[in-house]
Amino acid sequence: MIEKTPYLNFATYLVLAFGAVMVLLPLWMVFVGASLTVREINTPEIHLIPGTHFFENVMAAWQRGHLGGRLFNSLVMSVGVATGKVVMSAITAFGLVYFRFPGRMLIFWLIFITLMLPLEVRIVPTYAVAANAFWPIQTLLDVIGLTDAVDYILGIRIGLEWNLLNSYTGLILPLIATATGTFLYRQFFLTVPDELLEAARMDGAGPFRFLAEFLVPLSRANMAALFTIMFLYAWNQYLWPLLATPDRAHFGTTAVVELKLLAPTVSTNGGGTPDWNVAMAGCLIVMLPPLIVVALMQRHFIRGLIATEK
Amino acid sequence: MEKRATFSKLWLGMLFVLPQMLLVFTFFYWPTGAALYWAFTLERPWGGGNEWVGLDNFRQVFADRAYWASITRSLIFAGTTTALSMGSGLLLALACDRGLKFRKAFQTLYVWPYAVVAPAAALAFRFIFAPEAGLFSLIAKSHPEVWNPTQNGYHAMAMVIFCYSWKYAGLCFIFFLAALQAIPRSVIEASALDGASVLRRARDIQIPLITPTIFFLIVISITDSFQDSFGIVDVMTDGGPAKATELMVYKIYFDGFRGLDYSGAAAQSIVLMFIMMALTFFQFRFIEKRVHYS
Repeated sequence: MIEKTPYLNFATYLVLAFGAVMVLLPLWMVFVGASLTVREINTPEIHLIPGTHFFENVMAAWQRGHLGGRLFNSLVMSVGVATGKVVMSAITAFGLVYFRFPGRMLIFWLIFITLMLPLEVRIVPTYAVAANAFWPIQTLLDVIGLTDAVDYILGIRIGLEWNLLNSYTGLILPLIATATGTFLYRQFFLTVPDELLEAARMDGAGPFRFLAEFLVPLSRANMAALFTIMFLYAWNQYLWPLLATPDRAHFGTTAVVELKLLAPTVSTNGGGTPDWNVAMAGCLIVMLPPLIVVALMQRHFIRGLIATEK
Repeated sequence: MEKRATFSKLWLGMLFVLPQMLLVFTFFYWPTGAALYWAFTLERPWGGGNEWVGLDNFRQVFADRAYWASITRSLIFAGTTTALSMGSGLLLALACDRGLKFRKAFQTLYVWPYAVVAPAAALAFRFIFAPEAGLFSLIAKSHPEVWNPTQNGYHAMAMVIFCYSWKYAGLCFIFFLAALQAIPRSVIEASALDGASVLRRARDIQIPLITPTIFFLIVISITDSFQDSFGIVDVMTDGGPAKATELMVYKIYFDGFRGLDYSGAAAQSIVLMFIMMALTFFQFRFIEKRVHYS
């Protein structure tokens, strides 16, 4: 603030307050909805005062949506994606920056291109790959004639199959196969002064030592940022878990996918009015973990967001 | 940009890159290749592999009026959500950047929508806009023609657009505020001394200086609107009523997994891939100029 502008300040506060209402009102209505009875909520009036059935509804949502198991699935998947991404990006970027092997630039571009096409765009064939992760290798073996050759010599028909549907591996791996973090790390490694490696080498540190004891501690802030972003990204996934977990009775699915089942639509059971109070309670439960992560890690979250999206 | 000092065991370097290459090959290049293959072939009805059909699948897709309708809808969706979320994000970021009291509290609040899971936001807004129980239920009861998103396609589309923009405004806000705060304070103060008012400074100094961020956000909100809309549409409307909210990714999902038309879905995927690649290419043209390795 440089000059005194009372009217403009008032207008600015109006804008800020309007923004706050726009953010908070929907969240408040979800909370109020979650505290009413079915009969109360299905009356056409504006519900802004909370009722007294909040815990009842939360319990109902927890049971109806099997949220204990579903939240656990979501947690495993999100931690898996975030950890996998951090490790994978770090070692890939390390290999690309600190070694000069032939074909390095080709590999760089091959990874770079993956940024262009999100999972949603190639969803149908990715599903086919998840149904048998060895499909690519099997096809390659068939094409180069190795399958026939082995069949001829040993009398064994190679039939590789690895079904990833309804497994954590299947939920996690396709989401890691992108370049997002690799570039963050590459950029960071490029800013590390050359002298550091020279000094480390003089002290007898090999590649593993250098990575573990120099680069990893130096990149701790990047790591936290990437972890936070990837955790939220994975928790938010909807289309992929929806497809990758067809066996709802045994493996279940993630909490986010389960949400839709709490509020029936035309495709789930022919429509009809959902039990909005229970649906809102479930909504609140599923919403909470990412909000907590963002509240605790706000600085890392914003840093990571700006670094990975650019 | 190259490192002067590197390690000499080249096979080790390749080993570090190998896991990522395997993943990218299996879950990126192979599916993308398969989509291309399916798009140009058709499964024989009696089994026994695929038959090459050239551009037939594409001809069929483009002859389908429902497909053109889904493209139009996706474009309308991309345009309106980008305008709404960027407009409100910029306004709030400018207001926060003025540095008034309680700024930090508002700032924290405006980040929230981005942290809310999209399908959860969708469910929340479906309730809020529900004609039987929500905020507009009184109007919906007495005048069903004014508000009824379960029956009226336009209302349903408006509801989906509002929900998506609400969530995405948080992201725009974060980027705009970061860009505004990167403007040197001295520039603002100098123009204030020259007599430029707050609004004049916003129009002639701040907004022009953050044009790179504006361009960047336009491109990523358009690309994101194609991919991230699925969860919201699926939870809110199922693509209905009467396909009124069927966007491109939703149609791919519907034709591929419900209709089991892999070739048609693959052809649609290829079209969407081209749109995405064109947009991403465009984005890198803008961003390239701003990435500095120092």
